[in-house]
Amino acid sequence: MLAYILRSLTQATLVMLAVAFIAFSMFRYVGDPVASIVGQDATLKDRQELSESLGLNDPFPLQFARFLGNALQGDLGISYRQGRPVADLLIERLPATIELAVISAIVALGLGLILGIYAALNRKGVIANIVMSVSLIGVSLPTFLIGVGLIFLFSVYLRWLPSFGRGEVVAFGWWTTGLLTESGRKSLIMPVITLGFFQLTLIMRLVRAEMLEVMRTEYIKFARARGLSDGKVHYRHALRNAMVPVITITGLQLGSIIAFAIVTETVFNWPGLGALFVRSVEVVDIPVMAAYLMFVGLVFVVVNLIVDVLYFLVDPRLRGGITVPAR
Amino acid sequence: MQITPEDARSATLSTRQVQGSPSVMGRVLDSDIWYSFTRSWITMLAALITLVLILSAVFAHQIAPNDPFNLESLSLLDGSKPPFWSADGEWRFPLGTDQQGRCVLSSILFGMRISLIVGFLGVLLAASIGITLGLVAGYLGGTVDSVIMRVADVQLTFPAILIALLIDGTMRALVGTARSEVLVFWVLVVSIGLSFWVQYARTVRGSTMVERNKEYVQAARLIGLGNVTILFRHVLPNVVGPVLVIATINMALAIITEATLSFLGVGLPPTEPSLGTLIRLGNEFLFSGEWWVVIFPGLTLAILVLAINLLGDWLRDALNPKLR
Repeated sequence: MLAYILRSLTQATLVMLAVAFIAFSMFRYVGDPVASIVGQDATLKDRQELSESLGLNDPFPLQFARFLGNALQGDLGISYRQGRPVADLLIERLPATIELAVISAIVALGLGLILGIYAALNRKGVIANIVMSVSLIGVSLPTFLIGVGLIFLFSVYLRWLPSFGRGEVVAFGWWTTGLLTESGRKSLIMPVITLGFFQLTLIMRLVRAEMLEVMRTEYIKFARARGLSDGKVHYRHALRNAMVPVITITGLQLGSIIAFAIVTETVFNWPGLGALFVRSVEVVDIPVMAAYLMFVGLVFVVVNLIVDVLYFLVDPRLRGGITVPAR
Repeated sequence: MQITPEDARSATLSTRQVQGSPSVMGRVLDSDIWYSFTRSWITMLAALITLVLILSAVFAHQIAPNDPFNLESLSLLDGSKPPFWSADGEWRFPLGTDQQGRCVLSSILFGMRISLIVGFLGVLLAASIGITLGLVAGYLGGTVDSVIMRVADVQLTFPAILIALLIDGTMRALVGTARSEVLVFWVLVVSIGLSFWVQYARTVRGSTMVERNKEYVQAARLIGLGNVTILFRHVLPNVVGPVLVIATINMALAIITEATLSFLGVGLPPTEPSLGTLIRLGNEFLFSGEWWVVIFPGLTLAILVLAINLLGDWLRDALNPKLR
């Protein structure tokens, strides 16, 4: 167990180092840090002095080490465009993204499980077939198109829901939430659907496939032969075993949710990290891009780590054997 | 290195040993693939739609009722006209016009053309990079293999859209903000190409490792052929089959990625709009009631992607021997 977790940790650290390295290279070599700070009329001497004081003339490993040290202490540099520390920008926008992503994930997982189980147990049913067909379309449609469609239907045509922003938010220290006000909750509905739809269809199809697979196994037949009720067979025996891959995929999808939040936030003018990132790509604000890259890298690595450990806890076959699942 | 449909077809057919009918057409009509194609009306419909869309994009100049880029023919008096079935609509502009009087149908035709070209070139680049690296990794093994596959693993952890955005941003910084349309076009192609190579590399590496030990490769080595020749002339034709499936599904993904980037405002500019750009521009007029400016490009994109996806799904099943 310990060896397994240690190995996962080492791998996570290596990935994180690689991501930090890419972020650093962008930071240092794409665009000129000096030119972005001083004005057009700075003399060559000024530039050299600044470059010296920023440590840009130091050897590469030293610069990278300093970058890492600063990042670990929460210093991610200063935004070229906004002139404020990047860390402040990130923290300010973090709650909006987390709230959106977590609620989308919960909705996707909950509905995905229910619909997936239903579709598996009523394979030939009319509703199950409709759900499956709709999910096929859901897998193919680009996220932003779903968002635009929802805005057209609910904001322009029916005028039920607001199409941009978070509505009124309540602040607790640095954390803000829109869940406590009506306008905040209303503003959440469409972004959550847009962001969660792809994941929902994915989880649903996965749960269905896994359930169907498990239902064909010997021990399900045996459970039926023992005269257990349908409910017990389906939920005690079948579902439990179908859950293993579902946990893995769901964990990994949490990362994608953060990534697709970029698109959703842009469509709905959601004041989160993704919208900040798109803006920074548009205006080539390298420090923000680099910091966002590291943030996403961190989220992915942590999620992967948790999934690795969960996998281990859920699947007893892993505990006995020495083999580690090759991912 | 290009994979033409002929190559791919002969690669898939050669494994099937169709004999008797010498003509290509006869072989195609006699194959399992053609049979499974004619058994599924959804697939045939998807193929028909894809074909119609691609043809209308290719011949956009000939069939577009108006030229949306010719400033002389544009008139603000024609602006914001609804589609022909509305009371104010005109047959001159079947799907209406935007605020500047550009014909929506013509814009869609030209936009789809750009979307398809970017998607196709992106997939071509991704496949070229992926196949080359996969061949090299699978054939040489050892350190080269583990380095390439490590990079692939790390990249696979991140969604393609994020990678594409990062590459797009970095390249924008490198080429400077004063960029031409042509440059933006290639930035997009490279972003998509670099985001999707991993799948090809993994697949090709797997089959190359199997092929490497076969006798024909040993024979080729024995007569003194170089590694490059062996890889591209002898191994490549034998591992390229599954790539076709990935490429088809990737084509839909590449089109979506391009549309998403353009929609986010970091793709093609309004002067050279793709479907994504059109949707972004139209989105701004959604609230003024001009729904047709955004809904029609959106529908076109959705139908195009869905049709290509269905074709890809069918191809995957048809080429999968386990399902036969």
